[in-house]
Amino acid sequence: MVGRNALLAPAARRVNRRELGAALALTLIAAIDLTSPASFVTRSFAQTPERIVAAGGVITEVLYALGLQDRLVGVDSTSQFPAEALKDKPNIGYVRALSAEGVLSLKPSLVMAITSAGPPDAISLLNEAGVRLARIPDDMSADGVVTKIEAIGAVAGAVEPARRLAAQTKARFDELATLRTALPAKRRVLFVLSLQNGRTMVGGRNSSADAIIDLAGGINAAAAVEGYKPMTDEAIIAAAPDAILMMRNSGNHDTATEALFALPAFSQTPAAAQRAHIVMDGLYLLGFGPRTPAAARDLMAALYPNVAIPPLKTAAAP
Amino acid sequence: MTLAARPGELAALSSLAAFAAGRRRQAVLAVVGVTLLCLVLAIVATGQGAVQIAPARVAEILMAKLSGQDELLTGRDALVVLNIRLPRVLLAMLIGAALAISGALMQGLFRNPLADPGLVGVSAGAGLAAATTIVLGDRLLAGTGFKLPFAALPVGAFCGGLVSTLALYLIATRQGRTSVATMLLAGVALGALAGSLTGLLAFISDDRQLRDLTFWSLGSLGGASWAKLVIVAPIVLPLLFAVPLLARGLNALMLGEAEAYHLGLPVQRIKGLAILLVALAVGASVATAGVIGFVGIVVPHLIRLAIGPDHRLLLPLSALGGATLLVGADIAARLIVAPAELPIGIVTAAVGAPFFLWLLLRRANHVDL
Repeated sequence: MVGRNALLAPAARRVNRRELGAALALTLIAAIDLTSPASFVTRSFAQTPERIVAAGGVITEVLYALGLQDRLVGVDSTSQFPAEALKDKPNIGYVRALSAEGVLSLKPSLVMAITSAGPPDAISLLNEAGVRLARIPDDMSADGVVTKIEAIGAVAGAVEPARRLAAQTKARFDELATLRTALPAKRRVLFVLSLQNGRTMVGGRNSSADAIIDLAGGINAAAAVEGYKPMTDEAIIAAAPDAILMMRNSGNHDTATEALFALPAFSQTPAAAQRAHIVMDGLYLLGFGPRTPAAARDLMAALYPNVAIPPLKTAAAP
Repeated sequence: MTLAARPGELAALSSLAAFAAGRRRQAVLAVVGVTLLCLVLAIVATGQGAVQIAPARVAEILMAKLSGQDELLTGRDALVVLNIRLPRVLLAMLIGAALAISGALMQGLFRNPLADPGLVGVSAGAGLAAATTIVLGDRLLAGTGFKLPFAALPVGAFCGGLVSTLALYLIATRQGRTSVATMLLAGVALGALAGSLTGLLAFISDDRQLRDLTFWSLGSLGGASWAKLVIVAPIVLPLLFAVPLLARGLNALMLGEAEAYHLGLPVQRIKGLAILLVALAVGASVATAGVIGFVGIVVPHLIRLAIGPDHRLLLPLSALGGATLLVGADIAARLIVAPAELPIGIVTAAVGAPFFLWLLLRRANHVDL
């Protein structure tokens, strides 16, 4: 298929480049994991009460926040926070392309997987193997984050710490809501996922970027499109964003503010006039875990530089 | 239907046979070698995986299963060997054989060493159908309370492959004659059309669906189960035995279509049958394991280099070689990044693409088919 397309079908070739990119990235991630001797260390600790495999970065993040990292015996490749997770634990691969035997090889007594984890074949094999399997819904809203933390704690047998973390997170979200009410006229934010070959990929409605912009008290300037989609230069000008939001290290090579606003599409926006270019860590921004209230608060502070936005008062960790 | 050349009929064919006879020693070596390699790899594949199981324990589990001592078959090791690895090894062999024999068949039919099953649009049609199920399936059923049945994707992909092949056949057939050249060109056109529609679906998909599409199009044997094997084997196994019956016809076709026709061969029937067999074999394998590139194009070439162009040997040996390659590639896919797993399309393409380039460079001063 790859060869045929490369020879014959230019239209399909572009798709294949993306596939190849994904493949390369995967191979690279895998290679890095293999070369790190630490990834095998945890296997020798067989006496922990529960052996948990986490499939979904947010699950790993919450388990670490609850202090349960010693029980974690495997994480998926999206578990990039905290950074030591992927360094210390074996990597079971991308959350939607898990291998049943790979997961079983870690002898888990509990597999916690977000609802989008898959493929279904692997999940049903895990079920057959008699491993306790818990699905955690990955809802991208304030309430969703709170429910998620409680659910993870309940499954992991850490109800009380999870309840505390959830309550604190909820309090932080409530504080954030109060901050939102104090904002002046809402500003329009355009989330740019990537800028490649002049093609601008933006975060439309029902995307994680849309959810965080909403939490930070902004208006998604790309709400006309659904999900992450390319947007034309003209549409970007018409969307008239007051600020451009981007992720650090997302293949954008940290696009410099000057370079960004020199682009025809962006030079005509209100954002260019104010040099409003916000760059944040992608996982922090879009992770939808316990750090989300802080991320939304930081985004809010960057978005409304003329408004005094205090740091959240409620403590972050239980 | 008899496709066998009658005695004393073809000077050309008998010279081909003599050519083949000259290679008999090589052929015997190749058959024995590939069979042994395939067996060894199958044993390694059953014994190795992310879960460490001692070879003695694997043998014990297999013996217990064969002798019906089911009480010994409880626990994780037995589940891994019997329900994960064994069906996976068998599925790899079946699909590898199906893809490689289809490639050999296509190359013979089109008399073109670059032909592979993707060329007749089976893969593209199946890919489009799969993309449709992944992207639109949930939307169409949204609000109806129904969930997409588990089998929707493989069944859809299989039908997509068959439908696109049928369309191609109808386009290329005029007054009962199928033009192989038209078919080739129409295959390219239909492939591009299916690719464009798949691209459109990728465009309207959400992140989750896009990831699914990407991984699906890289292929995986991860979903192997006895249930899948029971569905695929009845389609692929008969094909593997039916295809070699076309060998003499394909040998005659090497002289040219008109020549083969004048020699009294049912050329039209051979073409129709070959296309149908390829559509079934590739459709079934794409439906179960996604798109696995390069097996169809690489294996027949390797075999041809070893034993020459006689289809009587080329077809069955290609099947055997395809099974070997895919079992080997799957071992790599499962072990390189364990406990994660590489999509097998990455492995086959990583092996296939350099080989293919080497083949092209070699062809610059030495044409062989």
